[in-house]
Amino acid sequence: MPEYADLWSPIRLTLELAGITTIILLLIGTPIAWWLSRSNSKWKDIIAVIVTLPLVLPPTVIGFYLLIALGPQGPGGWIASIFGGRSLAFTFEGLVVGSVIYSLPFVVQPIRNSFDAMGSRPLEVAATLGASPWNAFWTVAVPLARPGFLTGTILGFTHTIGEFGVVLMIGGNIMGETKVLSIAIYDYVETLYWAPAHILSAGMLLFSFVIIFSMMKMERYFRQTGK
Amino acid sequence: MKLLIFIFVWLNITATLSAKELRVAVATNFMEAAKEISKAFEKNTEHTTLLSFGSTGQLYTQISQHAPFEVFLAADQERPKKTVKEDFAVQGSRFTYASGKIVLFSLNQTLINPKITLEQGNFTKIAIANPITAPYGVAAIQVMKNLKLYKYLKSKIVYGNNVAQTYQFVHTENAELGFIALSQTIKSSVGSHWVVPKELYSNIYQDAVLLKQGINNPAAYEFLEFLKGPEATNIIAQYGYGISSDEKI
Repeated sequence: MPEYADLWSPIRLTLELAGITTIILLLIGTPIAWWLSRSNSKWKDIIAVIVTLPLVLPPTVIGFYLLIALGPQGPGGWIASIFGGRSLAFTFEGLVVGSVIYSLPFVVQPIRNSFDAMGSRPLEVAATLGASPWNAFWTVAVPLARPGFLTGTILGFTHTIGEFGVVLMIGGNIMGETKVLSIAIYDYVETLYWAPAHILSAGMLLFSFVIIFSMMKMERYFRQTGK
Repeated sequence: MKLLIFIFVWLNITATLSAKELRVAVATNFMEAAKEISKAFEKNTEHTTLLSFGSTGQLYTQISQHAPFEVFLAADQERPKKTVKEDFAVQGSRFTYASGKIVLFSLNQTLINPKITLEQGNFTKIAIANPITAPYGVAAIQVMKNLKLYKYLKSKIVYGNNVAQTYQFVHTENAELGFIALSQTIKSSVGSHWVVPKELYSNIYQDAVLLKQGINNPAAYEFLEFLKGPEATNIIAQYGYGISSDEKI
């Protein structure tokens, strides 16, 4: 019989995974979004396609490549060896790598859209007022792109929480390390323990509803206050 | 009247001759053997088989939710018994078609003294099938417990969804070792394996059962008979299984 106290571990783990993934995605996604929005490079379209790929790829494809890449023969194994490990598969760090790739378009796209919508005018004005590009980026571009950052953060976080296929392939179902919510639900359903499955699923349903609802509210707020 | 009899006989013949489709739920450890058996069965009978694979526990759950399987080839006796008890399977149709063996498998060619390998713990991960749904995972834990190494190794265990994924974890070298079914490695020259002595785990008797969904499908009865026959048992033995007739319940 499942112990109800066991439900906390996957919940905590999932929130940690989604939190860390979202922070990393904001850190690497913002410069990518900025570059995609401003660059005239001939590589721009190619990079844009690569960033969008996880949106359409089956999780099994991502999981398959990750399994090889994280393993001893891949870069993941090399990184793991620095810390005395052998493979990044079956580790929390491995899941972070997987989630970052899996949720990348959900963060980059909204931020890029906001940068695009802003146009180059505000930055030109900032420049004529003597702001350095770095300064203008932080004091003008980022505040103006606030709705995009908000949407990107929420989508990146929730999409990571909903991740299943990739984790199933590279996780190894380890309690407290890789057994996230979706896997815990899957295990319970597969073994007909429907009471805990119901608790976790209903929780997810409620959580998702609240998130999407508040996102709509916030979008309306931003539109009314003129961003 | 003659015409009527003719039509009746003709209908009867075509009914018995007509090729049927049969859906079989197969525990993953038996995958390769089941493929070979169903090929032989199709050649012998004109019927076609559709095999679905999963861990025994997963398949049982699907059956209990009225999945359209007609025959269930499990990796234990417990789940087929349950399907009979819960009225998803036909009383008296259950029999042991194979008894499984568990091996410790590694891509490393020199798994010479596996006991020492396990004791020294010079590895980061050991893969087993998820014991909640996979009988081979249960056996793997019994082996470690009987070697008094379970507590020591517990933090290194990663769980495959079934024995196939467990094998894959080892094959991709993401885990150095794994407990899998003998049938998965017996026909391959990759890596090395250690056949775990029988006294270290309870027998893995694998039962087949006719599901209620297949009660009107002649192919289901024929398949179960075929599974008991010499051609199938020969294939089963080739994959390293014990045969039900010499190792009864």
